[in-house]
Amino acid sequence: MALRVGCAAAPGKARENKTGAWRVFKPVFDPEICTKCGMCALVCPEGCIRETEEGTFEPDLDYCKGCGLCVEVCPKKAIRMEKEEK
Amino acid sequence: MTAAELIAYAAFEGGVFSQAFPAFGVERRGAPVQAFVRFSDEKVRLRSQIYEPDYIIVQDPTLIGDVDVFKGMKAGGIAIVNTEKSDFDSGVPEGVKVYTIDATTIALEELGVPITNTTLMGAFAAATGEIGLEPLEHALRSRFSGSMADKNVKAAERAYNLIGGAA
Amino acid sequence: MLEFMEGSHAVAEIVKRCRPQVISAYPITPQTHIVEDLAQMVANCEIDAEYITVESEFSALSACLGASAAGSRVYSATTSQGLALMFEVCFNVAGMRQPIVMTIANRSLGAPLSIWNDQQDSISLRDSGWLQFYAEDNQETADLHMIAYKVCEDHDILLPAFVCFDGFILTHTFEPVSLPTQEEVDAYLPAFNPYQRLDAENPLSFGMYATPDYYMEFRYEVDRAMQRAKQAFVKAGREFGEQFGRDYSGLVEGYRLEDADTALVAMGSICGTVKDAVDEMRENGRKVGLLKIRTYRPFPAQEIADALKGVSKVAVLDKNISLGNGGAVGIEVKTALYGSGISVYDYIIALGGRDVRKRDIAAIVDLAEKGKGDMFYGLRTEVL
Repeated sequence: MALRVGCAAAPGKARENKTGAWRVFKPVFDPEICTKCGMCALVCPEGCIRETEEGTFEPDLDYCKGCGLCVEVCPKKAIRMEKEEK
Repeated sequence: MTAAELIAYAAFEGGVFSQAFPAFGVERRGAPVQAFVRFSDEKVRLRSQIYEPDYIIVQDPTLIGDVDVFKGMKAGGIAIVNTEKSDFDSGVPEGVKVYTIDATTIALEELGVPITNTTLMGAFAAATGEIGLEPLEHALRSRFSGSMADKNVKAAERAYNLIGGAA
Repeated sequence: MLEFMEGSHAVAEIVKRCRPQVISAYPITPQTHIVEDLAQMVANCEIDAEYITVESEFSALSACLGASAAGSRVYSATTSQGLALMFEVCFNVAGMRQPIVMTIANRSLGAPLSIWNDQQDSISLRDSGWLQFYAEDNQETADLHMIAYKVCEDHDILLPAFVCFDGFILTHTFEPVSLPTQEEVDAYLPAFNPYQRLDAENPLSFGMYATPDYYMEFRYEVDRAMQRAKQAFVKAGREFGEQFGRDYSGLVEGYRLEDADTALVAMGSICGTVKDAVDEMRENGRKVGLLKIRTYRPFPAQEIADALKGVSKVAVLDKNISLGNGGAVGIEVKTALYGSGISVYDYIIALGGRDVRKRDIAAIVDLAEKGKGDMFYGLRTEVL
């Protein structure tokens, strides 16, 4: 591997750093209760909650650090935190 | 780092020279930080990282597989692994004794947060015999105050007794 | 009595006991813990000091300069890019002869961005007129702060000082440190007695412009003071030893140099690792020793020449690079030993936090004994 002059990097490097493994709890979304308001995606500090084709939302667990902000903000309590087995 | 600091402090309280320091590693999957502890009857002068540990503590078992956490360990070494799986055996070198403990659950029950430093410290003390319960408690009480101290001491003691039974 | 604590906390504790009247600093890794601790102490009224919060390192040292000129004992701390931002003020502080003590938590300079340790930051301020002391462990770091104030405030010196200790390797390391009591510090370090100060009753201006008829003479005076600082350091270090039992009367310090054939020369925390490596090599019958440089400015050229008399090879470990001409310490050790017949080899090591092990020290001794040097040691050629 050659070093790029000036320590320059092409975009997309952060995507290779999958931070999901740092999590203790993961969010579990219930699309039946979801009213598709999108607050969860708006507050997610990782920006890793995406809209599905049905208009509900789901997290990308490769990057979700399990902070639980989506649970806090959900007006319908359609998201809960679940401890992950390690 | 807190676990390393507390272990080194407890060892110092127990009457030896000790040193604890972190290594802020490059960001990679699930490996944000490593910390090292040395203790010795003589003043510790060496400043390099530790490459052949006698003991290791694995706080997050998801590291195993991505990182060779047992690297450099020799026969007679002791590893303390935070995991729910009692049948854990992946990649353990010949002659290294592994103690598993579900420190996350203990920490959640005792402290209300999944911060496992003090629980694992109790497990380390019991598994290695390097630290007595008394200096351990002293270290915890000087680091934490009030009910936080009580809770952390309780978490450490629970782990100490759990591992103590197994050791 | 030995207490177990973080290096940064030991610095904050000793600074508190040195009774600074004004502190101004801007947080930057790995210096942050020191100034956080001090801010807390000021808030808790444990120190009778003004803590001036600022928006940059440039402002921090500027505030310190004004406070010092007004007659206060002043403290600051920084590292790396923060020190780089202070560059201009550093020269002004020295030129205005203000005895400010500043801790440097040594860190590399970007780019590439790196928060890890080397000594490029303070070395790059080599010519600024600040005394520079380098500590091997957190005990020495704490002790050097007391010595620094004593030397700097001496009316024969009146210069500022960096107390340098390696970022993370010492700043974030917990180890036993013995801290003197307030009474003991007071007995060693009397209250600041300014030589001259800003005073509304007797107005003065500092740092006036000097025409070509005077500028050189002012610079000459600073250089003379820097030279006198050698004796002042020896005296303050000896007095420290008499009071506390830890002797710092040497600008350099030899370790197992008697009958040594090859000597390593180093500064800072790596000296601990080198001492352990020297012990191992000695056990294998190799005649190796260490010369630790404690004061990089003033540079102890004569002391180095005296200490290394009798060795045939010298390996200098440089945690910095004067790009285009090797390591800064190596260059000066070569100058100090010019004409002595001793072969001096320079090794650039540990830049940007690259770890150095005992076996690396042994490998460097092997290289020096084969006459190979003036090189980067430990390069990962596979990524080049």
